[in-house]
Amino acid sequence: MIHILVHLLLLLLFPPLLIGVINKTKALFAGRVGIPFFQLYRDILKLMKKGMVISGTTTWVFRAGPVVSLAVAILAGLLVPLGTIPAFVSFTGDFLLFAYLFALGRFFTTTAALDTGSSFEGMGSSREVTFAVLTEPAMFFAFLVLARLSGSLSLSGMLALGEHSLFAVGNVAPLVLIIVGLFIVLLAENSRLPVDDPATHLELTMIHEAMVLDHSGPLLALIEYGSALKLFVLSSMVLNLILPVHPWPFWLGGLIWALGLILIAVIIGTIESIMARIRIPRVPALLIAAILLCGSAFIMLVR
Amino acid sequence: MSSVCIVLAGISLIALSGFPAAFFPSRSNTGQRCTVVLFSAGSLIGIAGTVMSLLQDSPPALTLRWSIPWGQFSVSVDALSAFFLLLIFTVPMLGAIYGLGYWKQSEHRDSGQRLGIFFGLLTAAMAMIVISRDSVLFLIVWETMALSAFFAASVEDDKIEVRKAMWIYLVCTHIGTLILYIMFVLWHGATGSFALFPTVIVTAHTASAIFLVSLFGFGFKAGLMPFHVWLPGAHANAPCHVSAVMSGVILKMGVYGILRTVSLFSVCEPWWGTALIIAGSITALLGIAFAMGQSDLKRVLAYSSIENVGIITTGIGIALLGKAYHIPVLTLLGLGGALFHVWNHGLFKSLMFLNAGAIIHATDTRDIENLGGLAKKMPLTAFLFILGAMAISALPPLNGFAGEWLIYMGIFNTLSVSSVSNLPLAALSAVVLAMVGALAVAVFVRLYSVIFSGERRTEAGSHAHEGSLAMKIPVIITALICVTLGVEPALVAPILDRAVRACAPSLAFAGTIGDTVPQLWVIWMNAALVALIAIGGLWYFFSLRKKTSPGAHPTWDCAYARPKAKMQYTGASFGQSVITLFSFALFPSAEKVKITAPFPAKVSFRLSVPDTVLDRIILPFFSKAHKILPKVYILQQGQTYLYVLYVAVITAVLFLLSMSGVVQ
Repeated sequence: MIHILVHLLLLLLFPPLLIGVINKTKALFAGRVGIPFFQLYRDILKLMKKGMVISGTTTWVFRAGPVVSLAVAILAGLLVPLGTIPAFVSFTGDFLLFAYLFALGRFFTTTAALDTGSSFEGMGSSREVTFAVLTEPAMFFAFLVLARLSGSLSLSGMLALGEHSLFAVGNVAPLVLIIVGLFIVLLAENSRLPVDDPATHLELTMIHEAMVLDHSGPLLALIEYGSALKLFVLSSMVLNLILPVHPWPFWLGGLIWALGLILIAVIIGTIESIMARIRIPRVPALLIAAILLCGSAFIMLVR
Repeated sequence: MSSVCIVLAGISLIALSGFPAAFFPSRSNTGQRCTVVLFSAGSLIGIAGTVMSLLQDSPPALTLRWSIPWGQFSVSVDALSAFFLLLIFTVPMLGAIYGLGYWKQSEHRDSGQRLGIFFGLLTAAMAMIVISRDSVLFLIVWETMALSAFFAASVEDDKIEVRKAMWIYLVCTHIGTLILYIMFVLWHGATGSFALFPTVIVTAHTASAIFLVSLFGFGFKAGLMPFHVWLPGAHANAPCHVSAVMSGVILKMGVYGILRTVSLFSVCEPWWGTALIIAGSITALLGIAFAMGQSDLKRVLAYSSIENVGIITTGIGIALLGKAYHIPVLTLLGLGGALFHVWNHGLFKSLMFLNAGAIIHATDTRDIENLGGLAKKMPLTAFLFILGAMAISALPPLNGFAGEWLIYMGIFNTLSVSSVSNLPLAALSAVVLAMVGALAVAVFVRLYSVIFSGERRTEAGSHAHEGSLAMKIPVIITALICVTLGVEPALVAPILDRAVRACAPSLAFAGTIGDTVPQLWVIWMNAALVALIAIGGLWYFFSLRKKTSPGAHPTWDCAYARPKAKMQYTGASFGQSVITLFSFALFPSAEKVKITAPFPAKVSFRLSVPDTVLDRIILPFFSKAHKILPKVYILQQGQTYLYVLYVAVITAVLFLLSMSGVVQ
């Protein structure tokens, strides 16, 4: 019971902090003080109290977009174990639900963006669905590798690598490859550099920011919260592979988990500070690299 | 009375349903109503008979003698037949009811009666296909289906593109039938009889040959690439409820043919499964990639049907691997998923085609680039369209996800097989399916948004309105079935189990599909998803709505002074980046814009994706042939004595050859 409660609390309360850490890291690199760690919590609360301006062109789909994308992020979060804290639910084949929940979120985010009739939002949606065509195969290659290594067909089983003595000689290389591949997927799915620039609103660069141009007030709050959750969920998946062994007691495990997530946020912030965004036509090359990394890992295993 | 007789009675009623209408005046709708009543009665009787046959322990059969020199009238309703029968009796019935509003006799005086007659014959022929157990009977009803589909789909034959598309259909379907003749001749040679019952006497070599031939023959009907060339044109140019049946049910006859063929043999070679997995993966991937480039609403749906047939074929491939290597769980999941997807695709594709009918009825155009903003005028259609789009993109909690989930589980189960070293390679199809899933989301986001979102792009649709009650009810029923099967997929598990066992009688299955599916959690997760979205909806309705600032606001346009509807993102611009990714197979043709002066005058850009196989290989080949072959006309002078000479020469040559012993 306490496990479930802690899992839920971490899932629902922790994510905005990750965005804060990323922003603080970027500020440090730029020599600024930067916005406070807890700024996103305040932003969300403030947006919740605000009114909304809704374009007359839109229909219910525009309003459903943020709601669905938050709902799927929460549900997907329930399927991921957080180190010593087990997943809320786990069943055979739940990794498929995990992947397709994000597809459902994408369906509604992009449709909601296109519902405004704005070309900027159309451009963002078009890029979002195109890049997903390349991130999904990478993710499924990673699932194949994990299923083969762990012999399990549930997300918890696949990610519970510590129990399978997987850091045996033959397994390290595939694992490292899929960690790198999944990290690229994580960056692309969460619209971070070098795929998308969360700081700009220029139509030439933007994907996610472009899609939410017309959302305001509480709806925007849902979107911000939802994307923080998505970052948390996908980071947790990668962190399960980086930190596979959990000899610690439950509370210490939770703490180490939080620190691990903060470390991932710092890495993302560092990448955003030292790299430039790739030109949009070159992004597929990066994502195909992710597919190839995860694919090579799979080929190593079944050779 | 035996249940097979009830099924046959239903089929006869459906077959004859169109004829009474011919006695009514063509300006009144009474005849059509009479047809639909007969059709529905026949379908309901058929469903009752099918359910009765499922309740029996052994499949009911009926054999009669007939005066045709070969074969006999032999029918049987086993679980596999019953599974397909339920689809055949449901979707066309809904289509016929839909036709009452969509293709009113009083508005289509010269084609309504013809459509009624052939729609009935078509449905009856399909039902006969899945119950016939004799090669000759099979070929007769197969040809009846192909021809009635031709006459039902070509009702608008005053249009040149309809005639062109249906001509290609006619050629392709007959090539397919011709190949089936070869297959049944081989079957007769191997077994000594035309009866289609499982046998053990066929050797692996002969079975492989028959399987390969059947793959070509049935592949034409199912639309496997590269035999899909007839499909987009034929589906796009038929009336929408006929398209729904063509796409949702007729394609499945090809799938049924392949399934029935492999179920006849006790042997199964490993390469059968590999071949189907490869063919299925390529078909699925390229089918959905082509869909992205179409601007014709119905062509998008047609290409998406090709994709879904690919997914089904992949599932069957996994099942055949299971049969070849004696790993029942692969067969159970792969075949269960493939069969479930047969139903699902039949349902959500007809949902989409019937929605498309409502759109075309209201706007008189199939070109999505002319539409836009329809959601405000047709809110019900928009909602049902989004449901169908979600189902077809395999998104939870709808039925498409439930079906693909089973296929994925089959694929992932190949990983845990260590005894067969090359089996895990089949797992690569999971990656292809994942890509197909992402592409399907892209295609249907594009389709929905360009038609329903934003502002109206042209005058088409300025008077748009929802269709009549007869057009709404079948669509709502189909949508309800889709939601039910998605939220509670365990409902179909027992009948899936029966069908899988009928299809692979030689395997010893340890468990049922119900055992392998985490039934409880599926319901819980679906319920949680629906609940979370419902909470969001209620929150919006009771609290957020009041926070909306009053008055009409335009979409934020980056301070541009005079936005126009024409400036919205079009379907072509939305699809361009995906099409570029797949240009290695799609070969898109784009008119390049050249900007020469600082203030360019009128420029235009057009992006089209013609079918690579049809428009770049087959049609150029035949137009080349058309240029070269006239030289052969010299042989055909129209003079009788010349032809007599040919006969004499050939006879002489044959005589000489047989004398010399070259030809026995």
